[in-house]
Amino acid sequence: MPAHERLTAAITAANQAGRPALVPFITAGYPEPGEFINTLKSVASVGDAVEVGIPFSDPMADGMTIQRSSHAALSEGVNLEWIFSELEMAGVLGTPLVMMSYLNPLLAYGYDRLAERARATGVSAFIVPDLPYEECAELREALEAEGLGLIQLVTPATPRERLETLCDASRGFVYAVTITGITGGDTGLPDDLADYLDDVAAVSKLPVCAGFGIRAADDVANVGRHASGAIVGSALVEVLEEGGDPKAFLQSLGGK
Amino acid sequence: MKSQLGADEAKALLKAQVNGELPDERGRFGPFGGRYVPETLVPAFDKLEQGVREFLHEEEFQKEFRRELREWVGRPTALSYAPRLSERWGTEVWLKREDLAHTGAHKINNAIGQALLAKRLGAKRVIAETGAGQHGVASAAACARVGLPCSVYMGAVDIERQAPNVDRMTRLGAEVVAVESGDKTLRAAIDEALRKWVSDPAGIYYLLGSAVGAHPYPYLVRELQSVIGQEARQQMLDQAGGLPDATFACVGGGSNAIGLFYPLLGDDMELIGVEAGGTGSGLGQNAATLATGTPGVLQGSYTMILQDDDGQVQETHSISAGLDYSGVGPEHALLQATGRVTYLAASDDEALDALEELCETEGILTALETSHAFAAAREWSKDNPGKRILIGNSGRGDKDMPTLTKYPPRIRQHASS
Repeated sequence: MPAHERLTAAITAANQAGRPALVPFITAGYPEPGEFINTLKSVASVGDAVEVGIPFSDPMADGMTIQRSSHAALSEGVNLEWIFSELEMAGVLGTPLVMMSYLNPLLAYGYDRLAERARATGVSAFIVPDLPYEECAELREALEAEGLGLIQLVTPATPRERLETLCDASRGFVYAVTITGITGGDTGLPDDLADYLDDVAAVSKLPVCAGFGIRAADDVANVGRHASGAIVGSALVEVLEEGGDPKAFLQSLGGK
Repeated sequence: MKSQLGADEAKALLKAQVNGELPDERGRFGPFGGRYVPETLVPAFDKLEQGVREFLHEEEFQKEFRRELREWVGRPTALSYAPRLSERWGTEVWLKREDLAHTGAHKINNAIGQALLAKRLGAKRVIAETGAGQHGVASAAACARVGLPCSVYMGAVDIERQAPNVDRMTRLGAEVVAVESGDKTLRAAIDEALRKWVSDPAGIYYLLGSAVGAHPYPYLVRELQSVIGQEARQQMLDQAGGLPDATFACVGGGSNAIGLFYPLLGDDMELIGVEAGGTGSGLGQNAATLATGTPGVLQGSYTMILQDDDGQVQETHSISAGLDYSGVGPEHALLQATGRVTYLAASDDEALDALEELCETEGILTALETSHAFAAAREWSKDNPGKRILIGNSGRGDKDMPTLTKYPPRIRQHASS
């Protein structure tokens, strides 16, 4: 089974257990590089899949919280090679991993090498926020050659025809951005969220996970009525920033 | 992604460029350019691209744009012969005087063009980024002219360094928004403006200030700035009796350089772009992206950038805030790859020397950015006596007085001595 299908299966399994899948996001090596694997394992014990953020100097789609964590990790010397070797030492986690990275660090690493290393260290799929569908063919082919998926993002402003294209092209799950904006916003979830998520779910053959602006148990439950899973990013990174317990926080959101 | 070109490929791409066929429909200049933006911004870029296609070359729009350039910006700007500089350098030196344009630099050509476009697209408000403040001032002025509210995103570090320009923008009716994220300079200001645009892509027009970023900006800015080269070409024929042997322009993002070079690409002359060599060739010591960078994706475009081995974009150094940027317009990356334009770097010190020499010989206080072009032209003149050269004098240096006062004048060769 290709790795991206294991990711799909993990989301579906949560739904079969009667709850929305929970996909926590952490910035690799934040707040302490030495604690990366411990944090990852603790988050993975509650999440159905874990999104691992690769720090980047210009995180244009992210709000202040993730920007801060990204810069902090970079200043500690965190890079892709270090992340892969940490994952290698940690061994297989049993929870599928998704890597979130802006394009340039992946380009610098080299797509073929990236796909091989990622597969070998338990990564199932990639999310690349500054790589729109029109530009993604080269990376997608390199990833799929190793059984890895490139997850496509859709937004409330995505026109119908484009939505179909993106859902078709996605692997693992479809990432439904809940708001028109950046991560970590404090505007709350929009009122017409349900209709939008229902539309995406109707088009997509894959499970749909919603992300951006999900901060509390209510949000997860709310999103869970119309999507297969919820992605929790900035709110979790804030807990890490304040030295809180990520596992307890995720359990309070309804994690497994 | 590839960045090297074979000889035949380079020749074909140059021909396509001269014929006006680039960028292609995907926003590519050969391997460079493209549109690497978050999905949330795709509808905004689609709308902009459609607007550019519909209005930019439409007769009414062009008529209005040309009228504003003539009656408000003060175009055509002069072409000046530089007799004393020519005598000193041993070449025949001509200057295209963008410093005489309204608000003091070429930036206004693009700002008024895009402000008019924003109006056509029905935008409710305009946002812009600025580094040194020149594009911010031009945007504030252009928005006041067309009657649109304007917010300028500016790094907190730059706000401190460029206080007079902050005051100018505010007086011209713009709101200046301090950017506290990232490196708190131009790069962070662009990121923050993009984030703002994402929040209301239908109501906001993003007025980008250089020929950088995702398609269609590099194309749009080039088209609006090409008036520089079109005028200069005709003025050289009329006043100098022929085209130059070599043309020089400074390159940060590269908007004044592409505006000057683009109409000259098909002519038989050397084209030389001059970047900020800063204090040395090491990473972080300069902003010489083409001379010392490597290909990568930054802020929407595949181009040459200053980055480390991990693909992390590096901070830059230049005495001139307007050249202090880690990327460069993708069309310049192609012009370098095809060999049509030669890109050199001039150091902080060379730029300061050139600035003083121009003050002393021609009575023109040029911008620190522009001084880099003069520094390279002076060196070139040593090996090419008797040739005719054209220098894009992209802006005036009044804005640089706070920086210049830190450096005591070096050249003292006035009549009193």
